[in-house]
Amino acid sequence: MTDATRTIDVNYLARVEGEGALHLAIDGGQLTAAELRIFEPPRYFEALLRGRDCREAPDITARICGICPVAYLMSACAAIEDLCGVSVPAPVADLRRLLYCGEWIESHVLHMFMLHLPDFLSYPDAVSMARDHGDLVRTALRIKKAGNGIVALLGGREIHPINVRIGGFYRLPTRAELAPLRDELAFALDAMEKALGPLAALDFPDFERDYTFVALRHDSEYPMGRGRLVSNGGVDLPVARYDDYLTEHHVRHSTSLHSRTADGGVVHLGPLARYALNHDRLTPRARAAAQAAGLPAVVRNPFRSILVRGIEVVLALEEALRLIDSYVPGDTPAAAFEPRAGTGYGATEAPRGVLYHRYQVDATGLITDAKIVAPTSVNQAVIETDLRHYVEPRLDQPDEALRAVCETAIRNYDPCISCSAHFLKLTVERR
Amino acid sequence: MRLRVLGIGNAARRDDGVGVWVAQVLATRLGDDADVRVLGDDGFALLDALADIEAAILVDAVQSGAAPGTVHRFDAAAQALPPALLRCSTHALGVAEAVELARALGQLPARLAVYGIEGADFGIGQGLSGAVATAAAGLVEELAVECGPRRSVIR
Repeated sequence: MTDATRTIDVNYLARVEGEGALHLAIDGGQLTAAELRIFEPPRYFEALLRGRDCREAPDITARICGICPVAYLMSACAAIEDLCGVSVPAPVADLRRLLYCGEWIESHVLHMFMLHLPDFLSYPDAVSMARDHGDLVRTALRIKKAGNGIVALLGGREIHPINVRIGGFYRLPTRAELAPLRDELAFALDAMEKALGPLAALDFPDFERDYTFVALRHDSEYPMGRGRLVSNGGVDLPVARYDDYLTEHHVRHSTSLHSRTADGGVVHLGPLARYALNHDRLTPRARAAAQAAGLPAVVRNPFRSILVRGIEVVLALEEALRLIDSYVPGDTPAAAFEPRAGTGYGATEAPRGVLYHRYQVDATGLITDAKIVAPTSVNQAVIETDLRHYVEPRLDQPDEALRAVCETAIRNYDPCISCSAHFLKLTVERR
Repeated sequence: MRLRVLGIGNAARRDDGVGVWVAQVLATRLGDDADVRVLGDDGFALLDALADIEAAILVDAVQSGAAPGTVHRFDAAAQALPPALLRCSTHALGVAEAVELARALGQLPARLAVYGIEGADFGIGQGLSGAVATAAAGLVEELAVECGPRRSVIR
């Protein structure tokens, strides 16, 4: 290795969901590689769905992730309901949004305070941070638990909920069962607003990029379980045309497929994209919290995603309270339907961004083909371009400093590597 | 003062369920003397289970390379747990991290005895492998005596 050649490797990324690594190569003062290497083994979910009844898709795919199972339930339901022409009753749609709020709260709060915040406060991990910031961590854990409470009640249990089915739920809660969630959610809403104060005062790297943001957009609500696929570049498509816009391809250094637009463009999914494309759909307290945190209508600094997640937690808590207060159980927990042959398309907003499901089903209701695109897969390319743009003008910095900021830059996307690693690659070596 | 017994693991992955087995058998032996909880790999649930109690026993399966059935013992109130030994998940808070987070937040029980039983078979299925079952039965006998009305293990 000459003086001009530097390699910066992070062999095992901490504080991300799953197993990945970072590789930067600098040669003669030029950055020659910035790779997010995902080596978590593929899990073949798309293949094992083939031959299964389409009604099993939600419960099977929910096992892909212990952090965002609700997103899988919701996207799978959306796709099969799209195929079978099912329109869920309003109380069911409301309950699904409430369930999604629970997942956003627990997932975002876990990431913000336990995984991302230690970076900004210069601690190696959440445990060390908790020694000095006990009250903040305790409050965060209590907010997270308020979200867990929703998922446990509506989903039947906290992890891998079991109460969701195509057309609705297996059992609807009563108003009396929902009511006890209220106090903790109300506490969490106030606490989250307060916690945003010190977060807004953090020292964020001076770094902005001109992203192509992609998210769902709905006529009347901040997107979670429904909407059209839109971008700040003028894309506005029904979910059924997702494949016309984004296509997957394999890169050598990842077991997770990358995604590009037809013209090779890189897109950004997740909180920053949702927020930029749906700022006019923020709930009142979320809007006020964004203003108080000094956030403009479009945030292009990915390090400030910790704040935007906080705004979305405020929104999810507000929505949860509204949905609980207005809840009137319907007559039936689920719309009746018959499976039919064809292709169904579904996309919903997982905490990390658009989660797309597509199923081909035969006349007997069996799945003949499945495609699942997790937001982390799509975001791999934008993570790598962020790394490149961040590192290139800072090549004079020592390796340790670069390494630390690059890890934070990856965590900006709260990558869920377990979800994204599903590329089917089988190597057979014959001698 | 009741004692809380925490069994950690997944009984559907053979020896990974040894902590669950010990906790459940102890529950029947100790009756009302113990408050037994079975937990999976959610460290946040463990964090909650450690709060607001004075004494607890935690039993988990471990994979350290020692002979199957080896019982590793830690006085977690006195010393930090080795993180590598009780790591059960790369995706969430592990047992050692949950215990250390509880310590950092000042909510660790005053007395916490941790037992890690070396497993051999973590494959899919139920039931413990031979050496692990023997070690688990021995630990139950030991704890049933020591955690009974005249406790000494959690002195």
